[in-house]
Amino acid sequence: MGLNEKPLSTLHEKASYDLGDFEVPTGREEQWRFTPLSRLKGLHNGKAEAAGHVRVDVEAAPEVTVETVGRDDARVGKSFVPSDRVSAQAWTSFEKATVITVPREAVTSEPTVLTLTGSGDGAAYGHIVVKVEPLAEAVLVLDHKGSAVYADNIEFVVGEGASLKVVSVQDWDDDAVHVSHHHAQLAKDATFRSFVVTLGGDLVRLSPNVSYTAPGGDADMSGVYFVDAGQHLEHRLLVDHSQPNCKSNVDYRGALQGEDAHAVWIGDVIIRVEAEGTDTYELNRNLILTDGARADSVPNLEILTGEVAGAGHASASGRLDDEHIFYLQARGIPYDEARRLVIRGFLGQLVEKIEVAEIRERVLGALEAELAR
Amino acid sequence: MATLEIRDLHVAVEDKEILRGVNLTVQSGKTHAIMGPNGSGKSTLAYAIAGHPKYTITGGQVLLDGVDLLELSVDERARAGLFLAMQYPVEVPGVSVSNFLRSAVTAVRGEAPKLREFAKDLKNGMDALSIDGAFAQRNLNEGFSGGEKKRHEILQMELLKPKIAVLDETDSGLDVDALRVVSEGINRFRASGDTGVLLITHYTRILRYVKPDFVHVFAGGRIVEEGGPELAEKLEAEGYEQYTKASL
Repeated sequence: MGLNEKPLSTLHEKASYDLGDFEVPTGREEQWRFTPLSRLKGLHNGKAEAAGHVRVDVEAAPEVTVETVGRDDARVGKSFVPSDRVSAQAWTSFEKATVITVPREAVTSEPTVLTLTGSGDGAAYGHIVVKVEPLAEAVLVLDHKGSAVYADNIEFVVGEGASLKVVSVQDWDDDAVHVSHHHAQLAKDATFRSFVVTLGGDLVRLSPNVSYTAPGGDADMSGVYFVDAGQHLEHRLLVDHSQPNCKSNVDYRGALQGEDAHAVWIGDVIIRVEAEGTDTYELNRNLILTDGARADSVPNLEILTGEVAGAGHASASGRLDDEHIFYLQARGIPYDEARRLVIRGFLGQLVEKIEVAEIRERVLGALEAELAR
Repeated sequence: MATLEIRDLHVAVEDKEILRGVNLTVQSGKTHAIMGPNGSGKSTLAYAIAGHPKYTITGGQVLLDGVDLLELSVDERARAGLFLAMQYPVEVPGVSVSNFLRSAVTAVRGEAPKLREFAKDLKNGMDALSIDGAFAQRNLNEGFSGGEKKRHEILQMELLKPKIAVLDETDSGLDVDALRVVSEGINRFRASGDTGVLLITHYTRILRYVKPDFVHVFAGGRIVEEGGPELAEKLEAEGYEQYTKASL
């Protein structure tokens, strides 16, 4: 066995359920260097007072069971171990978890919609487990709104041959802070589709992770974000290929406008020695619409085996293309509308992938509203 | 009756003067061919009239029915009745052809076309240019072949019905069949009403299909010779050599 048996990336190595195992971040850590800690309102250093509230309302498909359970429920916390301090804080501090179960071989007839509404001053912590049993198929919508200082962990446990499609919309009020970890665990031949839409909030830091427990898993993760002046919207993806013959595809696109609009995208993919036959691609594109906006985009691909089916990544951040605008204007379309068409086209290509028509329309509507500002 | 008047037009790109005093009047009902060797400034003329930001006007006027186009933004020029069929139409990801065309027609007409009428016009226009119906749902110019791009430019011209159309090397890169289809589109457009055409080309081939009323030879950033259709035949036989030498 050679030296390269373990990934060099140590970001995700440290994992513990115990909050005390994590130092309070200073902002110099690789994991935290892009996040303005002072705006986390104490979620990272234990100083947040748990006086806030995030209500979880569930409109479930008839085939699905929904339970609210205590911390001691055996199904909670099985698929992940917190790997950063806020995740551990959320794990330590949540009181009730929502457990959604899609029974074996059930194919849900409609999406299950979870609406998370924040209110009150102070922090709130949450935990959700979505368990899709073997050969079942489900569509889940997570809709975040209101005002909150909120940290949570969400487990997506996708069983053998099962399929889960998740749309997560972060459309918080302007003052909200949200630090969230999505942990998807894919069994043999499981399919996971995640679509993240982040629009509102002062600071949103969302970390979608994927791990595989057996070969044949297929994860596709897309995201769109629209960052306005003063907002910090951060997405940190990690796909850990530890099993042979699994797939992953990541495509995140954002538009930024206004002073101190800040987008961060981190795309980490690890292909471990044993993960032969992995097929992975990750892409991030940013459209910077005004001066004063900033996009940090960091793809990391660590390959520890020579036997991959495909592995690539790309990142591009740029301004609106003058030639696109000229072409549309030359056909009589006024500048503002030309600009809207191009931006909508850039983000809309991804939005078209959302299969639930109602959600797709809502996301397009939300983007239109952003563009009309 | 529309008139495009170009008066002593001077244009520079990054401080380099490309057009050195162009004078030309195009009236509706007439077709002018501008011919010239590569690098003579033909395309610069087209893009400068349309208002591409890369080109700086250093002198002169371009009047469309007395209105100075150079004072207008790119989209205002189009809405005033100017159309530029581009040599290299850009690909715009995520913007569908039908969405684009509807936006353009709405902007130029000043009101949204009735959906049913628009769909009919679009279908007729596409049929006439042998454009497949599925094309309307594709992204603008994305993955189009050279011929498809040019046919799509002509489709736009027919839908937008400009007063004056400037066609920048619309014939380049077309095989004979595609050239015939595109030429028929141009001729339909010419026959449809009161409209003037400025046809910029390197080759005389398209002039066999689209008969010009006037031919202008462009060299060294200005018009160096003018005449009727017979001038094109002379160019066909003799090439541009005499003009390129003369302009040095």
